[in-house]
Amino acid sequence: MAPVTMIEAIREALDEEMQRDPAVVLIGEDIGVYGGAFKATEGLLAKYGWERVIDTPISETAIIGAAVGMSYQGLRPVAEMQFMDFIACCFNQMVNFVAKSHYRWGGPVPMVVRGPCGGGVHGGPFHSQNPEMWFVHTPGLKVVCPSTAYDAKGLLKSAIRDNNPVLCLEHKFLYRRVKEELPAEDYTVPIGKLAVRRTGRDLTIATYGAMTLHTLEAAEELAMEGIEAEVLDLRTLAPLDREGILESVRRTHKLLVVHEDVKTGGVAGEIAATVNEQAFEELDGPVLRVTSLDAPVPFSPPLEEHFLPQVADVTRAARELARY
Amino acid sequence: MELPEMKYPLSREQLLDLYYFMRLTRELDEQLVRLFRQNKVVGGLYSSIGQEATSVGTAYTLEKRDWMAPMIRNVGGLLVKGFRPRDILMQYMARSGSPTGGKDGTSHFGDLQERHVVSPISMLGDLIPVMTGVAMGGRYLGQKLVTMTWIGDGGTSTGAFHEGMNLAAAQRAPFVCVVENNQWAYSTPVARQVPLHDLAERARAYGIASYVVDGNDVVAVYQTTKEAVERARRGEGPALVESKTMRMKGHAQHDAAVYVPPEMFEYWKARDPIARYETWLTERKVWDKKTKAEIERRIERELKEELEFAENSPLPEPEVAERGVYCEGCHTIEARWERPIEQLQPPKASVQAAWTVSDFGGTNGGGAAAKAHAPEAAEETKPAAVAAKAAAVSTRGANGGTKRSARAAARPKRRR
Repeated sequence: MAPVTMIEAIREALDEEMQRDPAVVLIGEDIGVYGGAFKATEGLLAKYGWERVIDTPISETAIIGAAVGMSYQGLRPVAEMQFMDFIACCFNQMVNFVAKSHYRWGGPVPMVVRGPCGGGVHGGPFHSQNPEMWFVHTPGLKVVCPSTAYDAKGLLKSAIRDNNPVLCLEHKFLYRRVKEELPAEDYTVPIGKLAVRRTGRDLTIATYGAMTLHTLEAAEELAMEGIEAEVLDLRTLAPLDREGILESVRRTHKLLVVHEDVKTGGVAGEIAATVNEQAFEELDGPVLRVTSLDAPVPFSPPLEEHFLPQVADVTRAARELARY
Repeated sequence: MELPEMKYPLSREQLLDLYYFMRLTRELDEQLVRLFRQNKVVGGLYSSIGQEATSVGTAYTLEKRDWMAPMIRNVGGLLVKGFRPRDILMQYMARSGSPTGGKDGTSHFGDLQERHVVSPISMLGDLIPVMTGVAMGGRYLGQKLVTMTWIGDGGTSTGAFHEGMNLAAAQRAPFVCVVENNQWAYSTPVARQVPLHDLAERARAYGIASYVVDGNDVVAVYQTTKEAVERARRGEGPALVESKTMRMKGHAQHDAAVYVPPEMFEYWKARDPIARYETWLTERKVWDKKTKAEIERRIERELKEELEFAENSPLPEPEVAERGVYCEGCHTIEARWERPIEQLQPPKASVQAAWTVSDFGGTNGGGAAAKAHAPEAAEETKPAAVAAKAAAVSTRGANGGTKRSARAAARPKRRR
């Protein structure tokens, strides 16, 4: 098996799920003939036809609305947001229609919304955002953020098979930067379970998405200084694997959270509160955060670099925490 | 019985059924007002008095396999689709036995399995893309179904309305949108919202069929909507039906509607849909006093039982608030296939992934629209034929003019 990129892994997941289950249909902008802005759906129209790969007008609200409607018919639609930033256009459908349907009246919504998020590619304020917390804050939705090709495929398959609405936030920085060999056989990655990417005794660093790469790089630097960091890749933000985080903190007694989302209202705050409530006695130091600035994502490279967390920010915070 | 010729004939039983549902809706509405005054209604109470013909007459066109999604004043539609007065009573009283178990109120409930009803949300317009999707999904499964929802005059100004109607049109989805023009968006009259006399005109922008009907004439509402529904079922695309009616109360129980000119209430009171239909049934000898009295007794008896049932339902246990945020195996998701699955799998499903643009979009291209790659792409739209068919349905406009009566607005795509 040749190694595949994350975008190829996503395409494989869609292809295999469509092959496995005719209830799986794709809907979105430019996903058919063009194959999607990032080519996630390339070749799928030719293979599965117009009924299963539906190009829509530029209407995010209608895309999500139609996907909900199809899911009520027992289908499993996968809606693409060309860029996750545009999910703001259909925010009402997401938080009021999709998220509350099962709770309010027992109408399950087995649909997936997937698409590229995140910065580091100079996309500017409207093609770089990390909108995860808008939805993590909304009960009824599940939110996954893979950092590897393996997880991107396995989580997307789990999302398609889930009876609940799942948002797959695919970091576009990773689409073609991470590559690995994938198993030939069908596999899934469970939603709601973190992965320990590196074991270490001195502190825990919890992160997800593209920041997993930065954090692992930082951990290698720290190791050379004699600081052994345990790196947790959260993979799912809703439902959050609180037990997995607590388990690690009970061993290392220190926690740093790294994310590309902005600081205020980011998941780091939620994790810090959880650890405070449930493992305060275990802590040997404060829970620290390394995040983006509380600002829109700026366009020009030096501005964006300053805005985003860098490897050096992670090592600096980790060293500070290690001193406790 | 001396019935006028109807394109979509209604039997005596069906005609009395229409009366039963309209009258039941009205009596239920009045029962709810009494409960509200007794402080038994939790939250607001939204009356559909004056709009019964629209709600009942439209919903009555649907078959069991068809889907609908009510708005707040479509209690009549819910009753037609098989929900019981107790469901609505318990929703308003927030009881544990209500279809949502107390998690939501009013008409905010549904039933995917049996009645094919999708629950609305309070944000207007969002049901339109959703019911478009239900229609697309049903067609995908090979079901010959139609979906329907209602929207008020106010709701037609939302972005979701536009996105949904446009997608429905682009997909030629078997979907009928009823614009229930009750003249008021809370306290704002139609003229202040939209510079159009007929909201049905909005359909022209989507290149779909549209109809205007006197919304207080239940037979006309039925005939016109049935035309739209059957047309959609035949695969001729979505339609917009504007039903002109009047909200005879405030937005909700707390609102005395003092902003409505009193003469306007008088105008519409003289056109009360139930009183008009009673006259219609009497003049055509469909019923006599005895039949009317029987229906009234039936409704009285049923409502008494329904109310007793609803009042005996306790308030929900507090812990219910924690449950059901996610589906954790409580539902089995199964699509009802009515076509061979092989059609949707390669090699049968495979296509050449390329667009055809028949006239290249130029001004001298001859007027053919770009070939739509919707599922029924093989069929070209036939605006002239559609318009002719639609025009064959004769209904009287609410303003008394026949020229504004039912008509199709499917027009040639290129207008200059």
